[in-house]
Amino acid sequence: MEPEQPSPDTAHDSLHEEPHLPPPTLWPVGFAIGIVVVLVGLIINPVLISSIGGAIAIVFAFLWARDATTELRGEAIVVEPERRELKEAGEGRTAPPADQQGVALPRVAETAVTRSRFLEGATLGLGGVIGGLITVPVAGFALLPSFLGQKQHKVDMGPVSDYAPGQWYVATFIVDPAEGEVSKRAAFLRNNGNGPNGEPSFTIISNRCTHLGCPTQPNGPSGQQFTGVATVKERTANGPLQLLPVIPAGYGCPCHGSQFDVEGNRTAGPAVRALDRYEFEIDHGRLVLLSTYSVSKVVGTGAAAKIYKYKETGPGEHVDGPEDWLYPLQPPHH
Amino acid sequence: MALRRPPTKAELRRQQIEELVLYPLDWLEERSGLVGGVRYFLFRNVPSDINWMQTLGSAALTAFLVQAITGVILAMYYVPSAATDPHTGQPVAYESILHITDNLTMGWLVRGMHRWGASVFIILMFLHMGRVFLFGAYKYPRELNWVIGVLILVMGMMEGFTGYLLPWDQTAYWATVVGINLNGTAPFLGPWLAQFLRGGQEISGATLTRFYSLHMLVIPGAIFALIGLHLYLVIRLGVTSPPWSKEAAGMEEVDADSNGAGRVGLTQPVPRSAGGRD
Repeated sequence: MEPEQPSPDTAHDSLHEEPHLPPPTLWPVGFAIGIVVVLVGLIINPVLISSIGGAIAIVFAFLWARDATTELRGEAIVVEPERRELKEAGEGRTAPPADQQGVALPRVAETAVTRSRFLEGATLGLGGVIGGLITVPVAGFALLPSFLGQKQHKVDMGPVSDYAPGQWYVATFIVDPAEGEVSKRAAFLRNNGNGPNGEPSFTIISNRCTHLGCPTQPNGPSGQQFTGVATVKERTANGPLQLLPVIPAGYGCPCHGSQFDVEGNRTAGPAVRALDRYEFEIDHGRLVLLSTYSVSKVVGTGAAAKIYKYKETGPGEHVDGPEDWLYPLQPPHH
Repeated sequence: MALRRPPTKAELRRQQIEELVLYPLDWLEERSGLVGGVRYFLFRNVPSDINWMQTLGSAALTAFLVQAITGVILAMYYVPSAATDPHTGQPVAYESILHITDNLTMGWLVRGMHRWGASVFIILMFLHMGRVFLFGAYKYPRELNWVIGVLILVMGMMEGFTGYLLPWDQTAYWATVVGINLNGTAPFLGPWLAQFLRGGQEISGATLTRFYSLHMLVIPGAIFALIGLHLYLVIRLGVTSPPWSKEAAGMEEVDADSNGAGRVGLTQPVPRSAGGRD
């Protein structure tokens, strides 16, 4: 501090005895409340409430104006300057007078919650509460919608009569009409005729590679020219559906070369398990696809096949064996 | 000894111009300290035998700034929507990319700068990393700056991954399918990470919008913050001398035999009392 400038303590008498004008007053607050009541009254009851508000505003405006013009009207103002007791050393934390600079500040007991300590704690605590109030909904909004409320989409695949028994088709369809083209999927599909108990049987293999999710392709000729079966194109409740007849020797993935046999068992390449399959139901003579499930392997074929079924998992994840232990928790699936 | 003679007209004018230039700077400095801050940032001592390789960091920074600026402009025209345009049957996002490239004046150029500049940024970061490694500039006391640099590299790669989806064509789609599933095979939390990145079980329009948000808001913000820290540490710790240097920044040269090893400085710390940089 510059030596010429008076320290606050020595200047106390000269500077702070003179009150600053106008003195602090509460009248403007009352005036503001009056205005608010007027505005609220305009909505609720213009006659009664607005009149009350107007009265409040006028009264407080008068008091405010009277207060602010005290000096102009030459009335004496009595404002008591604020003073504080200088406590004994050890009791308070008042700074020593300027003429005693160099004297150690009085010690404060270690356990005492000082003003600065209190403010520090209050700032951190309040900041933490406010930060939490903001972070929790934002983080929840960022994370939870990906996991909660996942809907299962039923896919209308047209009448069962579209599917010639024993014939493989590459079926392309829209899973979610609301999403449109981006939810277009393909499946390898065969009508197995009726099962041992007379129930309808379909083999419906997802074309999603179990390595990293690329679309596998059937190895073999397709179309009417080679299969003698016409391609079916129709519009179902889900949108356009195409059934391309095919004679697959197996399926192959163009990305990293995984190979699968016709039942979807992995025969070569980096894929970790057999191809996924779709659940299905027959609803009023129409084939309906439900959710998918994972398969480790399939023994046998057609309606008599024994399928080692697991809960749906992502591509590249083992469903059996020790590697399965790496994925103990799966995110919620429809 | 200069003669005391009255200043000539030219000298007076020069003095006036100097005052005119300095006045606003003084005004700013007095109120903000910014002029001093800029001087602290830019006018530093560096070793006199500094090497061209040591400009790779600023080159990478420039590449990032190019990405930031071109990206901001592209965001004015790009539409992150997976919806299908009923008139053309093509996705809106892909159409906006075509529009930028084919129709808008110099759109091809700015998109090209952003597209190729992305690779330039990554390559320069790797070259800069190699320089730091070979110069031993990651050693005490600069270990923390190496760690921050690695984080910037990771963030840069995440920019590449999220930006690749935005054209919303077949390449973008399938690269992202594979990329997300690759993350999904990470043990334990992998499937959760994959589902978070997809914004659900399957890639959809929600994936595109969240990748767009990550690509242009979240990750660039993080990179800006990390670059700030990175530069702060560079300025605080000074620029490393090349490995063959006989001196360190801001230090006098010492004789080959005075210290046993031939040089002092941050590449080979000596006690501060023995003349280390303070």
